[in-house]
Amino acid sequence: MTDTAIHQSLDADGILLLTIDVPGLSMNVINAEVTRDLALAVERLKTDPAVKGAVITSGKPSGFMAGADLKGMGFMLSGGGGGEEKSRMAALFDGVFALNKLLRALETCGKPVAAAVNGLALGGGLEFVLACHYRVVADNPKVTLGLPEVMVGLFPGAGGTQRLPRLMGVQPALMYLLQGKNMSPQEALGFGVVQELAPADEVVARATAWVKANPTRHTQPWDEKGFKFPGGAGMFNPGFVQTFVAGTAMTVKSTNRNMNAPIAILSAVYEGAQLPMDTAIRVESKYFAKVVADPQAGNMIRSLFVSKQAAEKGARRPKGQPAMPVKKLGMLGAGLMGAGVAMVSAQAGIEVVLLDRDMAAAEKGKQYTADRLAKKRTDPAKAEAILARIHPTSDYADLKGCDLIIEAVFETREIKAGVTQATEAVVGADTIFGSNTSTLPITGLAKAWSKQENFIGIHFFSPVEKMPLVEIIVGKETGPAAIAKALDYVQQIRKTPIVVNDSRGFYTSRCFGTYVQEGLALLGEGTNPALIENIGRHMGMPVGPLAVNDEVGLDLSYKVGQQTKADLGDAYKPGPSDAVITKMHDLGRQGRKNAKGFYVYPDAPAKKYLWSELVETVAGGLATVQPDPAEVKERMLYRQLVECARCMGEGVLETPEDGDLGAIFGWGFMPHTGGPFSHMDTIGLATVVATLDRLAQAHGERFTPPQMLRDMAAKGQTFYGQAEAKRAA
Amino acid sequence: MADAFIYDTVRTPRGRGKKDGKLHEITPISLATQVLAAIRDRTNIDTADVDDVVFGCVAPIGEQGSDIARVAVLNADYAESVAGVQINRFCASGLEATNMAAAKVMAGEAMFAIGGGVESMSRVPMGSDGGAWAMDPAVAFKTYFAPQGIGADLIATKYGFSRNDVDAYAMESQRRAAQAWAEGRFKRSILPVRDVMGEVVLDHDEHMRASTDMQSLGSLSPAFTGMGEQMPGFDAVALMKYPEVERIDHVHTGGNSSGIVDGAAAILVGNREIGEKYGLKPRARIRAMASIGSEPMIMLTGPEFVAAKVLKRAGMTKDDIDLFELNEAFASVVLRYMQAFNIDHGRINVNGGAIAMGHPLGATGAMILGTVLDELERTGKGTALINLCVGAGMGTGTIIERI
Repeated sequence: MTDTAIHQSLDADGILLLTIDVPGLSMNVINAEVTRDLALAVERLKTDPAVKGAVITSGKPSGFMAGADLKGMGFMLSGGGGGEEKSRMAALFDGVFALNKLLRALETCGKPVAAAVNGLALGGGLEFVLACHYRVVADNPKVTLGLPEVMVGLFPGAGGTQRLPRLMGVQPALMYLLQGKNMSPQEALGFGVVQELAPADEVVARATAWVKANPTRHTQPWDEKGFKFPGGAGMFNPGFVQTFVAGTAMTVKSTNRNMNAPIAILSAVYEGAQLPMDTAIRVESKYFAKVVADPQAGNMIRSLFVSKQAAEKGARRPKGQPAMPVKKLGMLGAGLMGAGVAMVSAQAGIEVVLLDRDMAAAEKGKQYTADRLAKKRTDPAKAEAILARIHPTSDYADLKGCDLIIEAVFETREIKAGVTQATEAVVGADTIFGSNTSTLPITGLAKAWSKQENFIGIHFFSPVEKMPLVEIIVGKETGPAAIAKALDYVQQIRKTPIVVNDSRGFYTSRCFGTYVQEGLALLGEGTNPALIENIGRHMGMPVGPLAVNDEVGLDLSYKVGQQTKADLGDAYKPGPSDAVITKMHDLGRQGRKNAKGFYVYPDAPAKKYLWSELVETVAGGLATVQPDPAEVKERMLYRQLVECARCMGEGVLETPEDGDLGAIFGWGFMPHTGGPFSHMDTIGLATVVATLDRLAQAHGERFTPPQMLRDMAAKGQTFYGQAEAKRAA
Repeated sequence: MADAFIYDTVRTPRGRGKKDGKLHEITPISLATQVLAAIRDRTNIDTADVDDVVFGCVAPIGEQGSDIARVAVLNADYAESVAGVQINRFCASGLEATNMAAAKVMAGEAMFAIGGGVESMSRVPMGSDGGAWAMDPAVAFKTYFAPQGIGADLIATKYGFSRNDVDAYAMESQRRAAQAWAEGRFKRSILPVRDVMGEVVLDHDEHMRASTDMQSLGSLSPAFTGMGEQMPGFDAVALMKYPEVERIDHVHTGGNSSGIVDGAAAILVGNREIGEKYGLKPRARIRAMASIGSEPMIMLTGPEFVAAKVLKRAGMTKDDIDLFELNEAFASVVLRYMQAFNIDHGRINVNGGAIAMGHPLGATGAMILGTVLDELERTGKGTALINLCVGAGMGTGTIIERI
């Protein structure tokens, strides 16, 4: 067979070496070929008297196995709604239970089987290993073992929720299952998840030696009579009971009841721990099918895994542009943003010229990196090397030799233009120039650079070292080389890029702003602010709209509003949130920065609390009829959705992937939905339009759906369906 | 339908529910046995005329397991023909057991039936029987499970009761209980508990602290802050259900919540004919009974709803009730009830309650029914409404009237 995924080789002592080496992939994953070949191997183990035992290893230097083929899972996952969930669930169960039965057949084949794990074993890869009787792992702390499925809305469905608790105890296993945390080989050894560590090139020999020495060790602990869970389990074990009482509450708290997988994992462990293995894996398979059949899993995997990886690998990079990694970055402005950009660039091995008006300001920007590295307890030698790459200066002449410039100076056109021109005088207009503006349209700023095709927006989020997204903004004249350069740079600093076209607020700031504005609109109507804030968090936003506005600064919101008004002139349409912001501004309430905003900020350790006179002040008191929580959620959600749809309609966005990634990683939009476009597809565009029309009727034209959305809804289209069709065309 | 009359009420004193409590050495079956024996011995009835014994018990496991009611019947030397059944309506079990006994009498299933309950919280800790409600992740998730204390603090926050309010209520409970004991108001029902040698080990409620004042109450730490705000964070669960609340104010402490205690109680219910057979004078008629379900997360607001239900069933209004008795599970539960019904503190829990004397889960409902009946007789009043809040969001209520 040419597509063999598991190669068999029998040695003179009757030990069958099974080498997993999936053709055409750099990393092993569980796919149809692997399961087919595993079935063959298990059959041979059971029936061939010449075979005394087996060792399973990987033929890939990249590691043992990375789990299920998430991209290949597309067939199981649904992006849309629809009524076929019931039958899909049954099909999913059949598929996953077949794999489970196969692993069960492996561990009950009557002959010892050892895993020789040369590198990472994640998800299905680790579950494969757990179904072996003995596990030897490469003694290298960089080797990661774990069940990270929950991070993308999935579920360890190949026995992981059953074998891990039986090996390491219910409570520690739940920690790994629910947080998707990896463990090192050393930790796994301590937990009894693996039995032996060895140098990577010896794992096969050690595993083989164990099989030879232990011809009768072919029974898993959980198949032994009188098996007990480490730490105990069952209804009469107080620790077991407490683990689930507490675990459910903690899961509610950490997921706001939005995620399907964590609670299903808890149920699978809780129920499975009280069952014999064969029944336990059947129950696990049912929970797996239930979780995966819901569109949530498919949406989360698509955005958080597939689209994210594709974006990072250059999905939006213009074709035909040569690779142009940045060697030396000129960073203009050493404030909070500039300092952060300098830090992540230096960490990526890029030389950084950090320029500010005077040496003290530039030095202060470099100190930012020193402070953060110290706080993270970075190895001193490593920290020194990083810091040595940051060259503070106040002299434009030092920018010579920089192959990318990023500007993060004060947000006025005049200052930016001056800095841009001074830079061009040194490095020349062929150099790519990126502006980190968050508010000023790129096309206008580009006019200060003689070759406008080399001018681009590179929008970072604060704090730069923590925020994963970079929004690349393509101005009217921006050329493909600038886009390619910017994307190569983002790849170097290991962040996730999206590419959008120019617009006021671009994509992320513009849409995120609507969430805050709708919260303020509700407040202005006399809605209980606690309700607004709680619903904001509960719907899956990182913080409530009032809290986030306090963080950004109410004075800044006021200024941006005034600037927009001035820029747009008669075209400016005042929104219901304007009055609230103006009122707060007039009262000198700026937010956290002066310890009074929507919240009051007492001295630590006391926590902030909502200003008791807030509703009285901005709305003349609580409205007699308070909106239903569902209504509050609907408004704060749909106000964002309609703005996202407008961005697509206006061409600010070119793909739903950019829209979903930008929303989740840029402003923390409800990750469980897979992003606003996945969410709209799942709700169904006809329903989205109908809801928006109803909201527009009740609350104003800010909810009016764009024509493009109406057209798509009328044709029964979806955003991802259209994107797929466009790519195919 | 026959009338159900109350002929006798008996309760043990409540022993502190800890290892140093006076009743810790007394088994729960012994507590149950002693109250049953007392009912027989005080009324001189032939137990063969008792058709059933219904006993509440909230942790029916271990030595409280296997239908403790029937086993207590046997252990108390009742006639072999007397059946026994253990029931569980959480905190209202003792009252529900009495209601069931009354229902059997009303339906003609029983001539005499005994309601009551037992709980040795020092020996069989609360929650030791497990249950899907809190433990099964899917169920706890669906029902927004959080322990009662979180619900009690949520009631205080939502309905505006401060730490000072709940402490003041607790202090008054202690004062009233101390006065009631000092004046012997409980003596008709109290049955001292005896050990295997027949010696009295406890003849008074052990949990009371007559010296309690606002300062000592104020010095106690809130009991539910840790589980609410930190581990595992039940406040977050509560706010998912009550998003109109900014944050939960944790006001309840060991001092303004019901005490954990050991004890048992029994109530003899019968029809008119069987009372006449023994020349027993009916002390009160059970006029109406009801139970109800309420929102389970906040859990403890059931009493106001079941009170409305049982009053309606009786064709009465709250003004027809002379005395209210509502189990003091937590101070906020009673304060909310008084607020919802606009009831003066002078008409409710007039001799104190579980904050002062303790709440032996399975028995309390029968205990407070006896307490308020004794008080009606002492003061010459006519009607009382007995209520308890109940786990998982329920309420149980009974209206009695003197003959």
